[in-house]
Amino acid sequence: MVVGEQKPLEEILEMIEPYDRLILAGCKGCVAVCAAGGEREVRFLASAIKTARKAQGREIEIREVTLERQCDPEYVEQIRPFVGQYQAILSLACGVGVQFMAEHYRQIPALPGLNTTFVGGAERQGVWVERCQCCGQCVLHLTGGICPITRCSKSLLNGPCGGSSNGRCEIDPEVPCGWQLILDRLKELGQLERYLEIIPPKDWSLSRDGGPRKVQREDLMR
Amino acid sequence: MKEGFKSNSRLERILKAGHFAVTGECGPPRGADPEAIRKKGELLKGCVDAVNVTDCQTAVVRMSSLSSCLILKEMGFDPILQMVTRDRNRIAIQSDILGAAALGINNILCLTGDHQKAGDHPQAKNVFDIDSIQMVAAVKAMRDEGKFMNGEELTVRPRLFIGAAENPFADPFEIRHLRLAKKVKAGADFIQTQCIFNVKRFKEWMKRVVDMGLHEKVFILAGITPLKSVGMARYMKNMVPGMDVPDEVIERLKGVPKEKQGEEGVRIAIETIQELKEVEGVHGVHIMAIEWEEKVREIVEGAGLFPRPEI
Ligand code: SF4
Repeated sequence: MVVGEQKPLEEILEMIEPYDRLILAGCKGCVAVCAAGGEREVRFLASAIKTARKAQGREIEIREVTLERQCDPEYVEQIRPFVGQYQAILSLACGVGVQFMAEHYRQIPALPGLNTTFVGGAERQGVWVERCQCCGQCVLHLTGGICPITRCSKSLLNGPCGGSSNGRCEIDPEVPCGWQLILDRLKELGQLERYLEIIPPKDWSLSRDGGPRKVQREDLMR
Repeated sequence: MKEGFKSNSRLERILKAGHFAVTGECGPPRGADPEAIRKKGELLKGCVDAVNVTDCQTAVVRMSSLSSCLILKEMGFDPILQMVTRDRNRIAIQSDILGAAALGINNILCLTGDHQKAGDHPQAKNVFDIDSIQMVAAVKAMRDEGKFMNGEELTVRPRLFIGAAENPFADPFEIRHLRLAKKVKAGADFIQTQCIFNVKRFKEWMKRVVDMGLHEKVFILAGITPLKSVGMARYMKNMVPGMDVPDEVIERLKGVPKEKQGEEGVRIAIETIQELKEVEGVHGVHIMAIEWEEKVREIVEGAGLFPRPEI
């Protein structure tokens, strides 16, 4: 899933400073699962904003909505009937949701309430970790199911570098060395001899480096 | 270029003549001062066969490696251009390789580079388009096949003696010789290792290297850094990932008064070289006297490696 984190309240207050009527839009997708922008977070944030604005002596009207997904036109359109009554949309979706709002409602600004951080998963309750950089050409079959692009701080395809120490990365002793993980896993799988193969340079044109990407499925297009 | 040689590198000639090679290191200044390079050069003159010039080492901005190499070349050195993939994509790397060769640089050391997080610009975007092993392969293809990474032909081939680094003290130990094997397979002509303080572990690594026959395919230069003080030893042990400074070394330095610790550090360096000279598969030493270039001559002399052969 896409993992995000709510921006600090002060930053949000500054962003919405010019406005007195706001739509606060949550999303029931990824950001709800990672407890950053779902129904519950919308409720909490709305009340925090109202309290802060009250203290400033400038009350604010907030329309709380939480859409099924903000990355799908079908759901984004659901706020159209009342969007005209508001001055801005504060979206608690990932960056995709904010942009879809902006694309659909051109008269008022769409503001990001979250910092979209990464594509990852829940390691355990309350802890989310990055796992994929969306490179466009997955190599997990070569590296024991552990992503060298994401988990190695230098994205080495032929690691580990000389900074790997006791299973930890040189950038921070809290960060596991991605290549230590890969090698441990290859060993578990009885595939350590794979390590001797040189993985050739990656084709980054399939990644973001090739420009914004698009997936088109003729069979689904109407 | 002589028959049977890959480049005009003095280091290549020294190694192929069977001499025990000595390389040194010069870290460029944090400013546009050519004198800083010349001063270090003066201290290394006559003591080394070739001199490495670091490329924004520890991800701290310094004068570029190529410019510093040229200043040293004007002084008569055979510089080894260090190049990291952290700051350059494959377009810039190949372009700099052609430029270096055109300017008469004969050696290159292909590195991935320290992550910028611990450097002086942690806010920087890193590149890491390719890794050091892929870079070795790229330089080799440019030199031996006259081809760019995309397979297209280039005009005049860059005649470079290709180096890579290896750290026998990083983890996991059991693959460190295999990683060397990958660098050899990619086309490395010589290897310079991380500073050796734990000679025992280095020998274990070398044994594996020799068992694989890698020492016959690549020249291995063992890394030496003289320790100035207990403080420096502790810092390297605790703060530099992948550096192995055993407690005995620290105890030995602690055993002498503070003002004598530098001398003791130099003595340890000399003894280490003497011990490494006897290790099968070691073809030379790479002395990295960090901001202490004035000690290199003493170390080289002390180890019985002075004067350097004229070749
Ligand atoms: S190899 Fe690419 S697609 Fe696969 S997990 Fe890593 S970044 Fe994601």
